[in-house]
Amino acid sequence: MDYDLIVIGSGPGGYVAAIRAAQAGLKVAIAERENLGGICLNWGCIPTKALLKTAEVFDKLKHLDEYGLSAEKPGFDLAKVVDRSRKVAAQLNGGVAFLMKKHKITVIEGDAKLLKNAPAPKVVVTDKAKKETTYTAQNIILAVGARARSIESIGLVPDGKLIWNYRHALVPATMMKRLLVIGSGAIGIEFASFYRALGAEVTVIEAMDRILPVEDHEVSDEAMKAFKKRGIKFHTGAKVTKVETSAREVTVHIEELGKQTKLIGDVLISAVGIVANTDSIGADILGLEMDRGHVKTNSYGKTNIAGLYAIGDCAGPPWLAHKASHEGIHVVDHIVNRPLSELHSPIPGCTYSTPQVASVGLTEQGAKEAGREVKIGRFPFKVNGKAIASGETTGFVKTLFDAKTGALVGAHLIGDQVTEMIQGFTVAITMEATEEDLHNTVFPHPTMSEAMHESSLDAFGQVIHI
Amino acid sequence: MTDILMPALSPTMEEGTLAKWHIAVGDTIEPGQVIAEIETDKATMEVEAVDEGEVASILVAAGTEAVKVNTVIATLKGGVPSATKPQPISKTESIPVAETRIDKPVAVTAPTEDRLKASPLAKRLAKAASIELKQIKGTGPHGRIIAKDVQNGKTETFIPMTNVVRGSASLEQMGIAAGSYDLVPLDNMRKVIARRLTESFRDVPHFPLSVDIELDQLLVARSKINSALESQGVKVSVNDMIIKAVGLSLKSVPEANASFTADGIALHHHADVAVAVAIEGGLITPIVRKAEEKSLAAIAKEMKDLANRARTRKLKPEEFQGGTFSVSNLGMFGIKQFASIINEPQGCILSVGAGEPRPIVRSGTLMVATVMTVTLTCDHRVVDGSVGARFITHLKTLLEDPIKMLA
Repeated sequence: MDYDLIVIGSGPGGYVAAIRAAQAGLKVAIAERENLGGICLNWGCIPTKALLKTAEVFDKLKHLDEYGLSAEKPGFDLAKVVDRSRKVAAQLNGGVAFLMKKHKITVIEGDAKLLKNAPAPKVVVTDKAKKETTYTAQNIILAVGARARSIESIGLVPDGKLIWNYRHALVPATMMKRLLVIGSGAIGIEFASFYRALGAEVTVIEAMDRILPVEDHEVSDEAMKAFKKRGIKFHTGAKVTKVETSAREVTVHIEELGKQTKLIGDVLISAVGIVANTDSIGADILGLEMDRGHVKTNSYGKTNIAGLYAIGDCAGPPWLAHKASHEGIHVVDHIVNRPLSELHSPIPGCTYSTPQVASVGLTEQGAKEAGREVKIGRFPFKVNGKAIASGETTGFVKTLFDAKTGALVGAHLIGDQVTEMIQGFTVAITMEATEEDLHNTVFPHPTMSEAMHESSLDAFGQVIHI
Repeated sequence: MTDILMPALSPTMEEGTLAKWHIAVGDTIEPGQVIAEIETDKATMEVEAVDEGEVASILVAAGTEAVKVNTVIATLKGGVPSATKPQPISKTESIPVAETRIDKPVAVTAPTEDRLKASPLAKRLAKAASIELKQIKGTGPHGRIIAKDVQNGKTETFIPMTNVVRGSASLEQMGIAAGSYDLVPLDNMRKVIARRLTESFRDVPHFPLSVDIELDQLLVARSKINSALESQGVKVSVNDMIIKAVGLSLKSVPEANASFTADGIALHHHADVAVAVAIEGGLITPIVRKAEEKSLAAIAKEMKDLANRARTRKLKPEEFQGGTFSVSNLGMFGIKQFASIINEPQGCILSVGAGEPRPIVRSGTLMVATVMTVTLTCDHRVVDGSVGARFITHLKTLLEDPIKMLA
């Protein structure tokens, strides 16, 4: 047996699992075919945040007058913007390499395949020189992630020229004039927000009846309003029937309310979901059981194959880095027989557009569908002192409490920096806080977080500042 | 002047051997300090001081046999002038156990800890349902009681104390006159023992399997091992050898190292053997982890340390929580055979009786051998008769011919 544990994939699920296992005294290796840190750090969460910070600052520059400031006509250098984003990713990639070294985790570079074996599958890694090496371990964690989905039947296949996926969208060579975005989840909305800030005419196409469809409907509505104000156009409830490219343009045919429309852009960003990267590891030959395109796992992350666990994007939604890390830790704790705490911690979701969106727990519709009676509180930032002083009055905080027990069951925020506030509610839900705990908590003044307090007061008819 | 008297290691003990003194004339001793070792035919016990003071005289020399109980064995200067009977504590050869199981005794080791870990929602739900949080086992981080535990408790785990004590009928209602007895208040340990044992005995389908085990070869092996280990100051007891044999047998019959859960049968990777140790006011079960991997010397050393610290309530929670199999030994009390109550969530508990000369028939000839009866109580939900039989037979094989433990 070469290792106690081999982790396949070094994204935020895999590398965190590897460190956790090394800390528990296991002999650990991690296989990676591309960059340490995975998509999150190299081509996802982190580099997009760098771009979006640029967008946010640039947006502010356009409104300097409101703050009593002036500047010469602000502009940008796209190459420098992209270069900063890549440097940020490179720095963190180096950080993961350091962490692997620090924890004495062997990094195996190459494409991993799994072969049937006991007590766990064998790992065959093909390196750049096409050399195959076989490794064995007591346990294997599959953390191979996912990639952007293509829909060949309608011609939605990213080519990096006119049709982009998230990777292409992270490294634009030139600014397009007209941008079309299919899909209004976090990825679609973040790119729409970024390119709009830099001046593109942006149109977002969404099949569902509202944008950010996983969010609470009030948040979707508020976001739509805010984005429209920034000049982004939307087609919701719009089914894409065909995507066509010519030499310089891309045409998207949509069906909206029974009406056929054509939308034309210079670039199309496809953000229509993901598929798990399980094909390349030989899932078929292994007999790995799948469920709607993802590896089927039990509540300990176990697959149907002995000694094989799966975590993160390849094991199902929500496709979020922190969910992958959480599962990684959970699975390792299971492997080393550490007592497991509650399995299903609530997983917050964040969208880093302007304005930002953050949520955790049940939405109002979700509560309704679950037949759960809830008390709802709302507090808008437009009457929050800090928000007014900062000129950031868009958005609100919405909270949901179980009507019978008073337990906080959901929180939905839209506005400036709400992605930094949501953990307050996440801690509260994880610890099973009731309204009393939130009401009794002192929120510092003046902060936008006071709206969190007020919202929880409002749910019980005790709001102060409205 | 305070007298130190020869203690009784069991209710029936009349005399014993004063094996060793740990103190000398002129030493200042403190309550709780180990002052001597006393041996009977079955057990070696450490004796702790009850009073403090300077040792004035030692009246019975180490190695003296047949010292009568209550003989003055030493005297102290100062202190309260009363005859003091030191407190014997078990030293692992045979462990006195008043009851045979306990689990998750968080409240037991820290009875003074009033803070109950529970989430705000759990507290509120418990209050609404008039459930005492103390009655609920927490499954959250660090044993925190979470909402799910209270909700489950309403239907499953929660048993009001009145149910534990046969309805709410008072002794008076049952014909025992008020004033005819003394009432000892229930401390936390007693409450936990009462509740958990009631739950287990009521809810777990118990069945016992007994076998007789001949010990003569084991006793020979033990004395050889002990003379080999003498230089290291390690003394292996029969009980240590039982722990080792249990570990190896569980490795050989992993189905007996199991727990019943709602999601399925958990087959434990290691034999974490919990050993019942009597302590003041109840008992506790320190755990020898990975017993299948450890040498006899390692087990002996670890068990001595665990038992000592159990006695002084200095065990850390992880040292007595989470065993996968229990061993309870009442041999030192002369108990021939008994069947312990399952220590949930463990699937089995082994009850060890006294080793004694008994007539046996070998090849048609009546002979005398040292025989001990052990009984395996099984949770039938996880361990069927045939599995239990395979385990106990394997255990018998190892104990009757201990060289097989080296295999």
